[in-house]
Amino acid sequence: MKILVGIKRVVDYSVRVQIKKDGSGIGTDGVKMSINPFDEIALEEALRIREAGTAAEIVAVSVGPTDCQQQLRTALAMGADRAILVESTTLLQPLMIARVLHELTKHETPDLVMLGKQAIDDDSNQTGQMLAALWDRPQATFASRIGLQGTVATVTREVDAGLETIEVDLPAVFTTDLRLNTPRFVKMPDIMKARTKPLQILKLEALGLQAAPMLESVKYAPPPQRAGGSKVADVPALVAALKQRGVL
Amino acid sequence: MNRILVIAEHDGELLNPATARAVSCALAIGGEIDIAVFAQQASAVAASAAKLKGIKRVLKVERPENAQPLAAILAPQIAKLAKDYTHVLAPSTTFGKDLLPRAAALAGVQQVSDVMKVMDAVTFERPIYAGNAIVTVKAPDKPCVMATVRTASWQACEAGGPAEITAANTDAALPSHTRFVELKAEKSERPDLQSAPRVVSGGRGVGSKENFAVIYKLADKLGAAVGASRAAVDAGYVANDLQVGQTGKIIAPDLYVAVGISGAIQHLTGIKDARTIVAINKDPDAPIFQVADIGLVGDLFQILPELEKELDKT
Repeated sequence: MKILVGIKRVVDYSVRVQIKKDGSGIGTDGVKMSINPFDEIALEEALRIREAGTAAEIVAVSVGPTDCQQQLRTALAMGADRAILVESTTLLQPLMIARVLHELTKHETPDLVMLGKQAIDDDSNQTGQMLAALWDRPQATFASRIGLQGTVATVTREVDAGLETIEVDLPAVFTTDLRLNTPRFVKMPDIMKARTKPLQILKLEALGLQAAPMLESVKYAPPPQRAGGSKVADVPALVAALKQRGVL
Repeated sequence: MNRILVIAEHDGELLNPATARAVSCALAIGGEIDIAVFAQQASAVAASAAKLKGIKRVLKVERPENAQPLAAILAPQIAKLAKDYTHVLAPSTTFGKDLLPRAAALAGVQQVSDVMKVMDAVTFERPIYAGNAIVTVKAPDKPCVMATVRTASWQACEAGGPAEITAANTDAALPSHTRFVELKAEKSERPDLQSAPRVVSGGRGVGSKENFAVIYKLADKLGAAVGASRAAVDAGYVANDLQVGQTGKIIAPDLYVAVGISGAIQHLTGIKDARTIVAINKDPDAPIFQVADIGLVGDLFQILPELEKELDKT
């Protein structure tokens, strides 16, 4: 079995994002960049499937600027066998990313494509579903447990009502939720080893894809702030404050 | 004139309240609004949907394959119906998030996720970076606009109607590669977390699954739903469907009581549309106090019983 894992380069989760003063975007100069945490979970799951003897090869894929090579090297250090960067100088949105990944499935013919359920920058939560649609294959989003039996997978999904289990035929697209696993730490010797693993670079233009429609980002702004911060001394004062606000 | 299709969320019997919130967003866009109910038997849900404000028609799309809300089954049907509409909306619940991008890709549409505010028919505000920034996006109007609606940003629409209910059929070819097995829902007599006007949540500070009884007790006293922080869910105190926050449920109750919750940014993202936030925590420097309208510093195991007694007096 071959597994393709999507790796998105995002602003590290620990960074407090700064909105540019003119509202034209988010400041990313000199900011720590990392693998999208949900993608890390997807990669970890793929590695565990390989370690269980079910998968033979794991290919990490990123779509974006040249710098994405850093995150692909991290993915290789975690244990991916090889990596592909589809290099694009412009910022792409989920539908176009899905078209690129769909094109790669034609060349790579994976049994599974695993992605994070969403990226922590744009929070779109679309790419996996869109890829599954274009590829005409099953999707199991928000996966919290994955069981593979031959060409069929049983996936438990975290949905609002509880835990839903579905059965899908492979190949399929899975998107991962937080509780699927805890990704491993990368060890120094693995970082050294990753330097010699194959990392193939393709130009987006060379794929000959039709450009997807895009949303135009008109303006970025900070969210409205809550005016919190007031405290009361004891329980009677708490109840009085609730009454005053008309919520009791 | 805009023609807007709202996808109904339901469990086969009851219309999910998230649908009425999506309709509010449709009303803000303005135009002729239809609701589509995909089901094996849609009549009961369609009757509820027909009573929402401003609905022109309710489309019953009944097929045996539609018995469960599987994205792979519903998306091709939505993509076909979308040809008659300028907008297709779904609530940004796990149902809508799973479903609508699949339909959008089939229709060749770049979806807008989590609409908070409508600026005009194609321009919307949506949160990014876990709600730490708001971006205004303009969507292409061709072939149509597809968007999920951030339910916490919208009140449920008022009652109205009744709208006309008609049967609609799509001849979309449906795949057999995806099969529903089961849904394990936590059975609860308490109000639904997503839509309850009052919510009491517990965090790591509660300390154990057994200790969570104090949260349930206060919730019952207030007639509130019960929620939890990610830390409490990860620690196994409660099931995952009670998680409130960026990766759990994003809610907007009238009253939110956070007990033993420090207030990680991803939790705050899930509650910042609540009308009144109360925080009870023994750490006076916990970030939750910065967003709380009413904070009380102290030991929750002393405060909660005292609070119940005080509530009995009122």
